[in-house]
Amino acid sequence: MNPFSSGTRLRDMIRAIRACKTAAEERAVVRKECASIRASISENDQDYMHRNLAKLMFIHMLGYPTHFGQMECLKLIASPGFPEKRIGYLGLMLLLDERQEVLMLVTNSIKQDLNHTNQYIVGLALCALGNICSAEMARDLAPEVERLLQFRDPNIRKKQAALCTIRIIKKVPDLAENFINAAAALLKEKHHGVLITGAQLCTDMCKVSTEAHEHFRKKCLDGVVKLLRDLANSPYAPEYDISGITDPLLHIRLLRLLYVLGQGDADASDTMNDVLAQVATKTETNKNAGNAILYECVATIMNIEDNGGLRVLAVNILGRFLSSRDNNIRYVALNMLMKAISLDSQAVQRHRATILECVKDPDASIRKRALELVYLLVNESNAKPLTKELVDYLEVSDPEFKGDLTAKICSIVEKFSPEKLWYIDQMVKVLSEAGNYVKDEVWHALIVVITNAPNLHGYTVRALYKAVQKSSEQETLVRVAVWCIGEYGEMLVGNAGMLDVEDPITVTEAEAVDLVETAIKCHTSDLTTQAICLVALLKLSSRYPSCAKRINDIVLHQKGSLVLELQQRAIEFNSIIGKHGKIRSALVERMPVLDEATYSGRRAGSVPAVVSTSLGTQPKMSNGVAKPTSAPLVDLLDLSSDDVQTPSSSGGDFLHDLLGVDLSPASPVSGTNNKAPKNGTDALLDLLSVGAPTAQSSSSMLDMLSSEQDNKRSEGLLDNFASLSTSSAHSSSAVSSSSMMDLLDGFGTSSSVPVAETSGPSYPSVVAFESGSLKVTFNFSKEPGNPQTTTIEAQFVNKSPDIYSNFVFQAAVPKFLQLHLEPASGSTLPASGKGSITQKLKVSNSQHGKKSLVMRVRINYKAKDKDVLEDGQISNFPHGL
Amino acid sequence: MIHFVLLISRQGKVRLTKWYSPYSQKERTKVIRELSGMILTRAPKLCNFVEWRGYKVVYKRYASLYFCMCIDQDDNELEVLEIIHHFVEILDRYFGSVCELDLIFNFHKDSLVEAAKEQASSISNMIAQATK
Repeated sequence: MNPFSSGTRLRDMIRAIRACKTAAEERAVVRKECASIRASISENDQDYMHRNLAKLMFIHMLGYPTHFGQMECLKLIASPGFPEKRIGYLGLMLLLDERQEVLMLVTNSIKQDLNHTNQYIVGLALCALGNICSAEMARDLAPEVERLLQFRDPNIRKKQAALCTIRIIKKVPDLAENFINAAAALLKEKHHGVLITGAQLCTDMCKVSTEAHEHFRKKCLDGVVKLLRDLANSPYAPEYDISGITDPLLHIRLLRLLYVLGQGDADASDTMNDVLAQVATKTETNKNAGNAILYECVATIMNIEDNGGLRVLAVNILGRFLSSRDNNIRYVALNMLMKAISLDSQAVQRHRATILECVKDPDASIRKRALELVYLLVNESNAKPLTKELVDYLEVSDPEFKGDLTAKICSIVEKFSPEKLWYIDQMVKVLSEAGNYVKDEVWHALIVVITNAPNLHGYTVRALYKAVQKSSEQETLVRVAVWCIGEYGEMLVGNAGMLDVEDPITVTEAEAVDLVETAIKCHTSDLTTQAICLVALLKLSSRYPSCAKRINDIVLHQKGSLVLELQQRAIEFNSIIGKHGKIRSALVERMPVLDEATYSGRRAGSVPAVVSTSLGTQPKMSNGVAKPTSAPLVDLLDLSSDDVQTPSSSGGDFLHDLLGVDLSPASPVSGTNNKAPKNGTDALLDLLSVGAPTAQSSSSMLDMLSSEQDNKRSEGLLDNFASLSTSSAHSSSAVSSSSMMDLLDGFGTSSSVPVAETSGPSYPSVVAFESGSLKVTFNFSKEPGNPQTTTIEAQFVNKSPDIYSNFVFQAAVPKFLQLHLEPASGSTLPASGKGSITQKLKVSNSQHGKKSLVMRVRINYKAKDKDVLEDGQISNFPHGL
Repeated sequence: MIHFVLLISRQGKVRLTKWYSPYSQKERTKVIRELSGMILTRAPKLCNFVEWRGYKVVYKRYASLYFCMCIDQDDNELEVLEIIHHFVEILDRYFGSVCELDLIFNFHKDSLVEAAKEQASSISNMIAQATK
């Protein structure tokens, strides 16, 4: 006889498998067993079927495929004997799950078994049903189960029937109504097992059907409360006792039921108050069971309608949990406190110190929870000390945690910083400690803040310098530092803008250049850092004239770099330093202040940046990404076009500003932010050998630009224009200027802006501006689908007897509006209203509906060989634009 | 709701599994592997709850066996700890000073015990059930 025949007892097989030393041996044994089982199945050997199935189950648990046994299960279930049935059902539950179609076949057998006289068999069937019934089976068998639920038979069956019902309801929520009464009846039983399942059933039903919910709330609430009270008060009962508390599991279930019933309903909550208070105060806490009950109690209190006294009680309990030494309890308390914060943050604040301790706990789960809780706790008053604690902890925390911690610290600092100085301080600390974990947006935001705090520039650059000396391996720190040194280099050396709290340090130019040089040469710096270094060097070459030669050498060195990006920059900068010394200073003047509001708005809403894509200097581009054209001059031009755009629609791609060539607008007077790009564009045109812009148009453009900047500096009624537009030049030079326009992408005007069709609601035209010699009329139209954008057709009429030439119209709008000007129809205005010039404007109102349009205009023209300038404000726009 | 129960030995071998939610065979092995890795590597002093894939897993170690139960986010973890303890006590009473081997060799008796697990209350009651 084959030693592995079905004669083998289960035990022996198990022993044999366990005795195998290697996996291959084990596989061999299993294979043999499976073969013999298969053989006996095909022989239809009934005697040992259940034994075989048991073996099969074991093999299944080990992880081997056992599909061939499924039909056997069914056959066994159908057989009359109890042991066979038992194994059959067991196999069914183990080997099959509810998604298998084979289950269908079982339905009939189960149905018959449910009606069996033998209660144990009924029990088996219920058990199986409870574990794996699917939706169809549930529908079929629900009536049977219902009957059993109400059947006056020993309690064990009821319990299983109830369990079964729970599952049925989960699968087929519609059937819940049938069971409502039965479920309510369950709650009146004496037996705890039944009670527990009954409570669970009711809870689930409430979740599933509101009708049930109502029903239970009305009828059963008192009963439940009474039950709980009895339970809490009952004397020691050995049958149900767990570590000194009578049946904690029932306690918890009942509490959970109260939780569900009391949610959102004030009356119900009132009824419960007493018993909840009683449970909360009387339960012992030195055992886990007691704590479990208390935890559930607190959860219930948090969830039902407000009752101040109870809430305070609950938070106190949580406070006690927090100081317990058992990790589990602390974890659970932290969890619950997070929910409590939304209800009563004052109470939670009291425990702040303990929570802070938990952040430093050796247990990872507790740390995580505590950190989240701290983050929720931060408000204006405690931001500073909390952040200090967190930053201190940052130094000693382990790496996985650092990422989380840094992110949280950064967002706290950003939201709650009372003053810029503190913000910068904290960020420098964070960067020094964990710079590598800091996300890009964070340090970009930092730079935005720095530029917006002109009085702190000196302090910032010195602090960064000191920090980098100490921790130069933090990539992000190096980047920010190098950028600042580039921008504010002369402040660093000259100790400008000292604050009281600073110690004076002396940094020579050479040292500063040293730092940048190390950064660029360090082999661990990546592309971004090196690119930033190059730009900084360019700036420094102008700010530190004594080191110019040395800087030039460094830059030259990068010419041979293998990375296209760096090579390109090196060559360009080299040529600037070498050949274009006179414009260099203009090119590298201060960056304009990056607009914080726009930036944060952009971050929040991820508005697609108005990027001139010709500006291809993405720092993260790897080798070989093509620039549109290879001529560095044109690239330079693109970069500068970006520059001119900078005063308008700022923040648009300040990142590119940041990392591209910092062609800030230059000005005749240096040293302040916001300068006019007069010299810049001058140089631009020199570099441009493309197209031959007529002197006229170019100069007029320059005039426009400079006058525009004057406009800006004279802070009129509208502060901080975000979008300045100038109209392009005259039609005479339209050709060349349009080519210029194409290159100078997005120069405020665009001849390719599609003309909006005049449709949609019409608005009355207004006389926008009228003086003795000029009349300006605005006609409005909106596109039907776009209520925020208005197209204005401006008409200029000459009232005087002189002919106006070189007619230029400029407009400026406040921050919440965006303006686009199209080229005018002409630049000569015939006298006395014999003709007119029209020009189209497009205004987008981001506060459409809340604020109406306002506009400031300036008109330039030449009359009788005399330049005339007129300006004014238009505020009589029709409402609703 | 309890989604599944795993009993894992210290060496990572699965002694018993019980699934109360539909998981395909592949998913089951994957879950077992992940959880084994997570739980077996935890230091003894740490708390008994882990967060995993949006669920909570409560585990307790008895001798060389880890009892793990996966529950929903809003379930009471302390309660589940109690349940686990309860289960172990029942096994103890049933087998008389149970050890791992008993579980291995008698896994087929599990279901009846387990059915009562979810609402276990009276120990004697359950023993009566289990011995049928």
